[in-house]
Amino acid sequence: MSISQPPTSGQRTANKAFRLSTFAFAWLSVALVVYIVCMITWEAIPAFREHGLGFITGTTWDANTGEYGILPEIWGTLYSSLLALLIGTVFGVSVAIFLTEGFLSGGVFALLKAVHLQYHPLWGRLPEQLEHLLKNLVELLAAIPSVVYGLWGIFVVIPMIRPVANYLHEALGWFPAFGTPLSGPGLLPASLVLAIMILPTIAAISRDALNAVPNKLREAAYGMAATRWEAILYVILPTSATGLFGAVVLAFGRALGETMALAMLVGNANVISVSLFSPANTLAALLANNFPEAGQKEVGVLMYAALVLLAITLIVNIIGAAILQRASKNLEEVR
Amino acid sequence: MTNAETMESTTTNTPQHDVVIECDIRELYYGNFKAVRDTYVPIHKGAITAFIGPSGCGKSTVLRCLNRMNDLVRGFRFEGRVNFLGRDIYDPAIDPVAIRRHIGMVFQQPNPFSMSIFNNVAFGLKLNRFKGNKEERVEMALRGAALWDEVKDKLHKSGLSLSGGQQQRLCIARAIATEPEVLLMDEPCSALDPIATRKVEELMLELKEKYTIAIVTHNLQQAQRVADKTGFLYVDTTEGSRTGYLVEFGDSDRLFEAPQEKYTQDYIRGEFS
Repeated sequence: MSISQPPTSGQRTANKAFRLSTFAFAWLSVALVVYIVCMITWEAIPAFREHGLGFITGTTWDANTGEYGILPEIWGTLYSSLLALLIGTVFGVSVAIFLTEGFLSGGVFALLKAVHLQYHPLWGRLPEQLEHLLKNLVELLAAIPSVVYGLWGIFVVIPMIRPVANYLHEALGWFPAFGTPLSGPGLLPASLVLAIMILPTIAAISRDALNAVPNKLREAAYGMAATRWEAILYVILPTSATGLFGAVVLAFGRALGETMALAMLVGNANVISVSLFSPANTLAALLANNFPEAGQKEVGVLMYAALVLLAITLIVNIIGAAILQRASKNLEEVR
Repeated sequence: MTNAETMESTTTNTPQHDVVIECDIRELYYGNFKAVRDTYVPIHKGAITAFIGPSGCGKSTVLRCLNRMNDLVRGFRFEGRVNFLGRDIYDPAIDPVAIRRHIGMVFQQPNPFSMSIFNNVAFGLKLNRFKGNKEERVEMALRGAALWDEVKDKLHKSGLSLSGGQQQRLCIARAIATEPEVLLMDEPCSALDPIATRKVEELMLELKEKYTIAIVTHNLQQAQRVADKTGFLYVDTTEGSRTGYLVEFGDSDRLFEAPQEKYTQDYIRGEFS
């Protein structure tokens, strides 16, 4: 009798059940997203009927008069996110370059070589280990709870930057970005903390994008007598540009929706100002601050605001994902 | 560094006038691994010098020593000297980047940059801050690489849109655009089909008029077809490691017709690979 046997009916049933359950759970999570979007839209409909598109361009939020507008929140959301993105991209892409182009491991190797330990069974592994450690440390930034960032922002960042901010306001107050003093919470501290919060996203995805640049292109650049700087600037960054851009867009999506730290740091003031030091508000912070006292009518208004936020973040995330997909297709060609 | 007379020779053994690179590798390591030993090869001006030998014999490693590409490998260590126009390129005072400006390289896999054909060829001009007529230089390089007629109408298309053989000729154009003294080619045809291979071989024979060429190939017929001088490397496994070394070097005709060493004879007769 042969060792090979056809699967028993029990095995076949188990196999089928397993496939069906994974199928069900996969579609259930998709259905959940659709359900949430639908419910929020449904709840927002009454408010949409009442306020129309004027809600998006209105600048007052007054529960007593029933006048609602979210333009300051849209402004604050975009301003703080873009500023955070600018800072986060500079640091995040730098971290990614530092980790992928052998700056750290090369430097450590040279140090070890100076003391003749570079092939030591223990010390010899230090260059790779340090690189790994730094990568994990940066990614650990994503593990810090949002509320902890908020507290740190209030009690450390704001007191730290206040003297500088107020000096800038006094010396260069004519410049719109320094137009107001920093009294406490405001756009700049919020954006600084937000930048740190999105740094791991940018660093991790940029790292993948840079790692995906085939080594033969690095060789080509160095073979053409490029210095390391020229190879990075003229070849490696342009080749991975689409991937880096995708990283930035996805981080933007994260920044737009970030709530707790911003609710604590942004100042929750219904104003539109170009000043970095002015208090402001964001859509997410508006929702977080207003739901506890919301009456039946205000819930609808908040749902409308939530829908606007959801639409912005969904669109940004879809664009980001599409860009990353394009990036991997482009790199396919280079290979 | 355009001619030997302007270079002050710091070496005791003055090179023959027609030797551009005098490569003398005593020991070469990657980490603790001894990759190559005892290899002395002169690269003659205006000639094609081929390196042949079985896989893992270090022929690519030797070639990459000649323009310090191996410096990019962590743990690379070199004992010996490589004299380029009479000066040791491993002298600590010498910048490896400067060496690569004079000794260009073409790789095994065609590796054009993800940019236009024009910008690929102009890359070296940009690095050298070339101020003259770029269009003229690019055309010259593309003509030199026998690619001009195929791409002249689509210079602003991506270099990656070309076929494999065209991409490799584009890489050759990129390498010769800055007119280096020497061109190193590391198995330039191994990723190409026979027709593209033949084109690149014809091109090498044309380029020989202007450039000194050193090529690594695993194709014996190719070495016979194009090379003036050939060096045969073999792997020494006696010390428990795999260390490559030069067995025999000489004029290609002589080496292929009447090899002196037993290993060379066996290899050329195809008794092992």
